[in-house]
Order: sequence, then C-alpha cells, then structure tokens
Amino acid sequence: MKILVPVKRVIDYNVKVHVKSDNSDVDLANVKMAMNPFCEIAVEQAVRLKEAGIASEVIVVSIGDKSCQEQIRTALALGADRGIQIDTDTVTDSLSAAKLLKAVVQEEQPQLVIMGKQSIDTDNNQAGQMLAALLDYPQGTFVSDMSVESDKVQIVREVDGGLQTLELDLPAIVTVDLRLNDPRYASLPNIMKAKRKPLAVKTPAELGVELNNKVTLVAVNPPADRQAGIKVASVDELVEKLKNEVKVL
Amino acid sequence: MQRESMEFDVVIVGAGPAGLSTACRLMQQANEAGQELMVCVVEKGAEVGGHILSGAVIESRALDELFPDWKEQDAPLKTAVTEDQVYLLRNAEKATKLPNAFVPKTMHNHGNYIASVGNLTRWLGEQAEQLGVEIFPGFPASHIIYGDDGRVAGIGTGDMGLDEHGEQKDTYMPGMDLLAKYTIFSEGCRGHLGKELIAKFDLDKDADAQHYGIGIKELWDIPADKHQPGLVLHGAGWPLSEANASGGFFLYHGDDSQVMVGLITDLNYDNPHLSPFDEFQRMKHHPLISQYLEGGKRISYGARAITKGGFNALPKMTMPGALLLGCDAGTLNFAKIKGVHTAMKTGMIAAETIFAALTNGDEGGKDLTAYSDNFNSSWVYDELYRTRNFGPALHKYGTFIGGAVNFIDQNIVSLPFTLRDNHEDYAQMKPASECTKISYPKPDGVLSFDKNSSVFLSNANHEENQPCHLQLKDSSIPLMQNLPKFDEPAQRYCPVGVYEILQDAAGEKVFQINSQNCVHCKTCDIKDPAQNITWVTPEGGGGPNYPNM
Repeated sequence: MKILVPVKRVIDYNVKVHVKSDNSDVDLANVKMAMNPFCEIAVEQAVRLKEAGIASEVIVVSIGDKSCQEQIRTALALGADRGIQIDTDTVTDSLSAAKLLKAVVQEEQPQLVIMGKQSIDTDNNQAGQMLAALLDYPQGTFVSDMSVESDKVQIVREVDGGLQTLELDLPAIVTVDLRLNDPRYASLPNIMKAKRKPLAVKTPAELGVELNNKVTLVAVNPPADRQAGIKVASVDELVEKLKNEVKVL
Repeated sequence: MQRESMEFDVVIVGAGPAGLSTACRLMQQANEAGQELMVCVVEKGAEVGGHILSGAVIESRALDELFPDWKEQDAPLKTAVTEDQVYLLRNAEKATKLPNAFVPKTMHNHGNYIASVGNLTRWLGEQAEQLGVEIFPGFPASHIIYGDDGRVAGIGTGDMGLDEHGEQKDTYMPGMDLLAKYTIFSEGCRGHLGKELIAKFDLDKDADAQHYGIGIKELWDIPADKHQPGLVLHGAGWPLSEANASGGFFLYHGDDSQVMVGLITDLNYDNPHLSPFDEFQRMKHHPLISQYLEGGKRISYGARAITKGGFNALPKMTMPGALLLGCDAGTLNFAKIKGVHTAMKTGMIAAETIFAALTNGDEGGKDLTAYSDNFNSSWVYDELYRTRNFGPALHKYGTFIGGAVNFIDQNIVSLPFTLRDNHEDYAQMKPASECTKISYPKPDGVLSFDKNSSVFLSNANHEENQPCHLQLKDSSIPLMQNLPKFDEPAQRYCPVGVYEILQDAAGEKVFQINSQNCVHCKTCDIKDPAQNITWVTPEGGGGPNYPNM
C-alpha cells in the first residue's frame, strides 16, 4: 500500500511572528522555517505504518518554491521513501493546493493520504476536506488514533466533548491531530541518506492544473498591545472603576 | 540503542564564521585538486545562523580572499559605512562627540559594511553546502572523544529525548560519535569544549588571563525620516561609568529602516549590583540614542559574551588532532571591536594547513604546529599584535587616559612595550556590602523593557522535559556563598532572567534556574565569582532562534 503525505513549509512554531511594517504579510525574511507540526505527525504515522509492514512506500509532496525541498528532505530523513516538489512561486490558497494534490493522487494512486489537519500559518483547516471532495474519497478529520486493516482504515476523531470512531473504505483521506503520535528525531545518518533519496520536481502545468487562487491576502494586523495594568488604592476605587470605567458591574 | 560512529576527514564544531570558513576553504582546495574530502559541520542551533549574534560592522578582508566574487554571489553585506561618529556619554543627558582626528584609527570604519552576521553565516552555510560540506544543524557536540594516546579523535553529539532526570523518553535517540583526522573547535566565545581543551592541553600557559564582555543587542524598525543608512555610532562612558564599569555602545543604521543598537559591558566590573541588561535599557533613554529610536518598534533581542583579551590572552591554538579557532580561542580585535574577519581568517589558515598535511599523507591526530607558523605570518597576527595594548590600557587607566594611550599607540607612534592585565574577570567582584546599590529606572515599555518581554523576542526555546544544561558544581554555593556575599549576581548578569532567588511555600529561599530562557550567551559560565556554573549543551535545536541578528 502506498501512502501519500503532503507537507507544508511554515514559519517555525518557536518564532514570534512579526508583521511587516506595510501590513502586507508576516515578515519571513531570514526567519526560521520548519515543517508544519501537524504534517510532521502525518509523516511519523505513515513511517510507522511502513515499519509495521502495512505500507510499502511513503511519498511526501510539498507545494512551493525550491526552499520547500528542505522540508521534503526532513520528511525523507524521518523515513519517507521519495519526494515530489510541486514547483511554484505562487502562494496557493486551500483550493489550489487541493487541486494540485488531487493531480498527484491521480498520478500516484495511493491508498491512503495522511495529512495535517491544518497548517499553523494560515490555520484554514480546508485542504484535506477539499481534496476528499475533489476526489470523492471518504475523509476522516482530526484523527487522534488510527489502524489500517486490509481495505479499511479505522480512525478515532476528536470531536466536541468526546471521541468518535469511524471506519473508512480505502482509498481515503485522513487529517491528523496533535495527539496521534510523538514524532521521532531525525538521526544524523538518516539525514545524510535523505540527501540521496529521489526527489522529483513537477510544475502545476505538468500536472495539468491552472493555478487560480480564489482567496487573496489583503492585510495582516497584529493584535493591539495590551494596556499596562494599574494599582487601585482601595476596594471602593476598584468597584467604582469596574462600574464606571470598565462597565462590567 | 548503541551509539553509532562515523568517520570524516575533518569535523567542525560550530557553524559560525570561523567554522564555515574552514569548511569552505577545505572544500575549495579539495575540489580544485579533484580530491575527495569528507568535511562535516555540527551546529547546536536549529538552523545555521540562528544562534549567531553580533553588532555588526564587518571588515570584508577575509571574505574578499575566500570568495572574491561575494558581491555577485549576493552575500548579505549591502550597507557600506558612510559616516563614523564616536561619542563620550557624560551623563544621562550630555554627550561629547570626539573630533575625528582624536579617534583611534582602528575605530574608523570607512570601507566596512553594516550587516547581520547571522545572515552572513546563513550565506556562508549555503556556499559550504554547494561546495560539498555536510552541515548538521540541531546536533550539538556535547563531548570530546580522545584517542588512547590522548589526542583529540572527534566529538560525540548529544543524546536526544532524555527527561529532566536523564531517563530515556519514548523519543530517545542516542547521539553519534563523529571521528575525524582533525577536529576544529569553533564554538564562539567560551565554547564549553574549547574551555575543556584549554585546560586539558594547558593551551593558555603562556597567555595572560582571558577577558570578556557581554553584548546585549536589539534590532529596531525606525521611522524612515530618522534612518540614515550607513551611519555608525560608537561611544563609551555613561551609564556604565556610574558604577565605575567600562564598555561601550553601538548604534548602526542598516538597510530597510532598521537600526541595531547594543551595549557591551566589560565583565571585569566589580560591583555585584550592576545589571548589564538594565544598563542597556536605561542607556536607550539618552537623547543621543532615543532621537533615533522614538517612534520606532523593537523587533528582536539577544545577548552574547565576547572574548576580548586579544593578543596577550591568545592561547596556543593547536593540539594533537585538533585546532581551536576564532572567538573560541579569542582572535577578536578589540581595538576595532571586530572579530568576524579575524575568525574567518583563522579558519582559512587552518584549512590550508590541514589540507597541505593531508595531501602529504598525514593520517591525522598530529599537533599541527605548522598552523602557528602560518598564523604568525598572516595579517591576523599582525593586526592583533599591533592592537595588543588597547584592552589592557582601558582596563588599567580607564576610559579617558586609557583612550588617550590608545590614540597615541594606534595613530601616532606604536608604543614599544606591552601592557598586561592578568586579573581574571570573575575574581573582580567585590562584596555587595562594600558597593553602592544601583537603582535602575522602571522600563517604560516604549524605549526600555523588562527581561520577560525581551527574552520573548529572542525566540528562545528548549524542549521542556530535559536535563538542565546549566550545571552547578556545588549546588549549595548560590544560597550559602554567593547570596550573602554578592547578593547572588547571577540574578543580574544573566540578560534573560535564567537565575532567580525565590521563596518556597515554607518561606525558605530557593535558587531557581529557568534554563528554557537561556540564549546561550555564556556569561554565567564566565562571571560566576565561584566559577561554579558550567554551561553544557542542551538537547539539539534548543536556544534562541535569531532572525537577522
């Protein structure tokens, strides 16, 4: 069984985000980038399925300019077998990304697509669902546990107030949540080996997809600075302020 | 799981200017000669450049030699220095500009560039990879591997996935032994392995005591109408002069309406109440500095110790199987306040020495004394020798008279004698009771800030459940010795609030180490009066994540 894992290059979760002075976007100049943490969990799950003898091949795919090869190599160092970079300078919206991934699914014919539930940069939580809709595949989202048996995958979803267990027919799309696993560290020899694993570069045109973003980023504004606190001299003053200034009493 | 090992020709510890220059120069020669060479660089930061912090005004001399086409290759040295201004801050309001004719020549920056050394390092890392170097960010060299005959045989990387008690977690992964014919130690100022080598091989037996400073730096976006790309300000005096301490500030106008502002506090200060962090914060309110920062926004913060003992304190840089380079040895030119060009050059000299040895059939493990000859006949030696009195003069005679001595030495006639300063920085601290308490103003949140909001901007992070990487040789010293005598100065010299004295529920005092805040500046390892704190490598990838620093 082949597994496809889409991964996204995003700003590292340790970095405090700084908005550009013209508010056009988040400043990414010389900022540490990393694989989206949910994608890392997806890669780990796919590699575990391979180690368990369930999957035969793990393919990672990423969309972006050449720099996203770094994240593909990271996935290869974690145990994926080969990579595909869909080469574009355009920052795709969720639907464009889903269309590109659909083309890769049709070419590679994986039985299972495992991906992060969302990326920590745009927080859209859309690409997986859109991909399932475009392919007309069953989908399991927010997955915190999963097991594969013959032509079915059983998943546990984190829903409001509890857990929901579903069984999906393969091929299927699974989007993963934080509690599914603890991703491993890439070892030094595996990082070296990853440099020699195959990595194909394809353009959207080669995949027969015309990029046509429906969503445009208009502006990014940081949250307002928190006002400094004040000290009140007495309970009376506090009550007075709560009543007349903050108007919560 | 057993530790595995791998063999290389050269293993380099630390992807900074010295280490990467060594790597690049080695591969340039190997590629030219059509010879195979295995060179690997290990780096504790999560990415190359992420742990680098410097001013910086950079002299391009070494880069010109290493990559003559660096301009075409888009190296991030974009802003040429247009104007130098040197000031003496007299008090919180007044500053006197030194006429150019009275500024020591070494402080003239015409022909130099204002740049981020972090970004220069990122660029050097790309060049090294293209030349065929294996770079492993996120893999700290935690210990040295010695051969049976005592030579340095390589390094071991740290284990990953240990909990705070040192027990293996589910994600445990053992480190690796990286063995090499020659190992390069280029960890920067006060490298923890460099420190071990200096002691083990007695490398500093003919050298004066090493001296250090702590540099604290911020990056600001300022209004375009206040920005003058290429303007360089340096100065000394207030606020450090109030506590009888020395050091100096810098303010550089880089590209994109950004300025880099910082204060270097010499770590030989004697008043335990002094806080380099708070000195820097209040310094920004001086009209000379605030005129540029007002209306601007602070976007990054960081700190790093610098090795500034210069020529007199320089240890022997070679030992069997290894070389100690750049700021790990102490090749910074304090008179110029520049160490990047000299560090890079030491790397290039080392690369040429090693490559020549290996081509002549050297099997490794030797004490490459040829390096010393090559170093002594290079311009780095010449530069460091000529400025050998600069730091000692300031330490001995203070900013004013010392400054005058330096002016004569650098501009008029080279003084025919050597000034020495053999007092260790950590031994300078006087009892708290004998020193004036310093009351620092509260930060206003506009120009000055507290430590918490500052460490936030350094993007510092360490995996929470891991062994503490700031080790105490004797855990009773902070409370039993340092607290009564020096009011535990670690609370103040640490620029990110790692060390705190707190009270527990029973009202007992506890010494708390917030190691996750650590930005790897190494000041505690240097300045603790009892020399009781040892900085060791945390789990790989931990520490600050500096962009553009």
